Amino acid sequence: MKPTFRKLIPHYLLLCLVLFFVLLPLWGMLSKAFENPDPGSFGALANFKRAWTVGKFGLFFKNSIIVALIVTAISVLLSILSGYAFGKLSVSGKSLLLPLILLGYMVPFDAAIIPLYNWMRSLGLTDTLWALILPQIGLSVSFGTLWMSSYFESLPDELVDQATIDGCSRWQVLWKVLMPIARPASSTLIVLIFMWTWNEFLLALVMIQKESLRTLPVGLAFFQGRYSANIPLMAAGAIIVALPTLLLYIFFQKQFLQGLSSGAIKG
Amino acid sequence: MQNKAKRYPGESKWKGLLYLLPALLLYLIFTFLPILETIRSSFFQAESLYGARSFVWFQNYIKLFQTSQFLSALRNNFVFIFFYSFLPISFGLFLASFLARVRVPGMRLFRTLYFIPQVLSMVVVGVMWRWMYDPNIGPINVFLRWLGLEQFAQAWLGSFTFALPAVGMAAAWVQYGFCMVLFLSGIQRIPEELYEATSLDGANAFRQFWHVTLPGLIPELSVALMTTIIAALRVFDLVFAMTKGAPGGSTEVTGLLIYRWAFELNNHSYAATMATVLTLIILLISLVIRRVFKQSEKGAL
Repeated sequence: MKPTFRKLIPHYLLLCLVLFFVLLPLWGMLSKAFENPDPGSFGALANFKRAWTVGKFGLFFKNSIIVALIVTAISVLLSILSGYAFGKLSVSGKSLLLPLILLGYMVPFDAAIIPLYNWMRSLGLTDTLWALILPQIGLSVSFGTLWMSSYFESLPDELVDQATIDGCSRWQVLWKVLMPIARPASSTLIVLIFMWTWNEFLLALVMIQKESLRTLPVGLAFFQGRYSANIPLMAAGAIIVALPTLLLYIFFQKQFLQGLSSGAIKG
Repeated sequence: MQNKAKRYPGESKWKGLLYLLPALLLYLIFTFLPILETIRSSFFQAESLYGARSFVWFQNYIKLFQTSQFLSALRNNFVFIFFYSFLPISFGLFLASFLARVRVPGMRLFRTLYFIPQVLSMVVVGVMWRWMYDPNIGPINVFLRWLGLEQFAQAWLGSFTFALPAVGMAAAWVQYGFCMVLFLSGIQRIPEELYEATSLDGANAFRQFWHVTLPGLIPELSVALMTTIIAALRVFDLVFAMTKGAPGGSTEVTGLLIYRWAFELNNHSYAATMATVLTLIILLISLVIRRVFKQSEKGAL
């Protein structure tokens, strides 16, 4: 079927109408952020500079990067190992362990936050980034394990058998034979966990009281409380929060579309 | 796929567990045990903040369902299902079935742009939509005034009637791109012959949609329903960023109540009771969706 352009006009009209509604809030934020409050001061980036320094977004950015990188690196590594165990090794009690892990991925974080807060406080870890890093690793590995194990399970057993006959150990089979094939699955996992960690809100709100340790989303929420009248400044702050995940999305579209469409629930 | 994982001759049967252990331990300590502790503490009542707790059976639960606060928050969560789930899914279905069977050049670009709201922090979405609803400079009121409908322009997020649907529309804005992308890729999987066969039978577009497209999309519908309904029940960040439950509790949701009771009023066991009920509702709904769609999938084949 090869439709002529004339026949496609209603399709494009509809597509553009929908696009207008998708882009309107985004466009609004962008245009506000570049509005110059008092001409002649800093130029077009004035609001960003103010948000970065006065609004302390530079500091929040650093905290967010530290948390997101550590959580993503450790969670992905551990999920590869545990996914390999479920997918290609014999694990006693697998039929019991899998639903147990699935639970952590379906249940809302509210269900864990109160004891987590009490425990972290008694360990003196509230108001440290560890209070954000450790629980988020615990949460991310539940999804990661399920994700990687279903992928490893889909790979043919002959791959493992052949490599074993060639003299590879279990460890070598994983890193030399399976992981090169599993690169798409693991990169999807990387971008998803990074995005969820970057956007995480409740944990960061509860665990951190010190302003200097806030992450970007919580920083933005408090910023909004204080500067709600200054829309250009807030828009600049919002863009600083959104930009990293947006860039990641632009570079790794395929991974995002595939990962989220397979039913990965937003954290 | 049935997978019989094999052990090497002489290999310890604990080897698999060794690979599993680091992830499992972190999961147990930081997610699973806290969930259990939440459930346990919902049966207790604290006499003082750090002091002894006494076992009170189901007293917290009884109190919960006797006060209107929790029930009205829960009701708002269910209203949100309309905006998180029903609106985006029906709109996504409409768009996908309208677009998928014609090859539209440039479709990929549109799809990519439609999906953007999914990757944003909900706080960012909240900030953007507060601007949309701004009484003076927000585009919605500006548009109404331009149409000459000045009398309808108002402070949307301050209105008892409109605050909840207004937050809901922001949520719908986030969700429907996701639903549409999901359905678009699902429709591509339905064999062309099915459509050809029904059009030979003289079926109109609506019958085609009902008898071919919809049954073919069952796996995607199940994922979309599950994801969006759970998101509606879990909602916290978006409401926190947009209204914090105001005005007068008209946008109060369960997640916000749990936060308030636990960390502002310091009544951990009462908040834990709410969290337990919310968790049970989410698990129950997921199980029902799973069961229903498993059956209809079998029926479709």
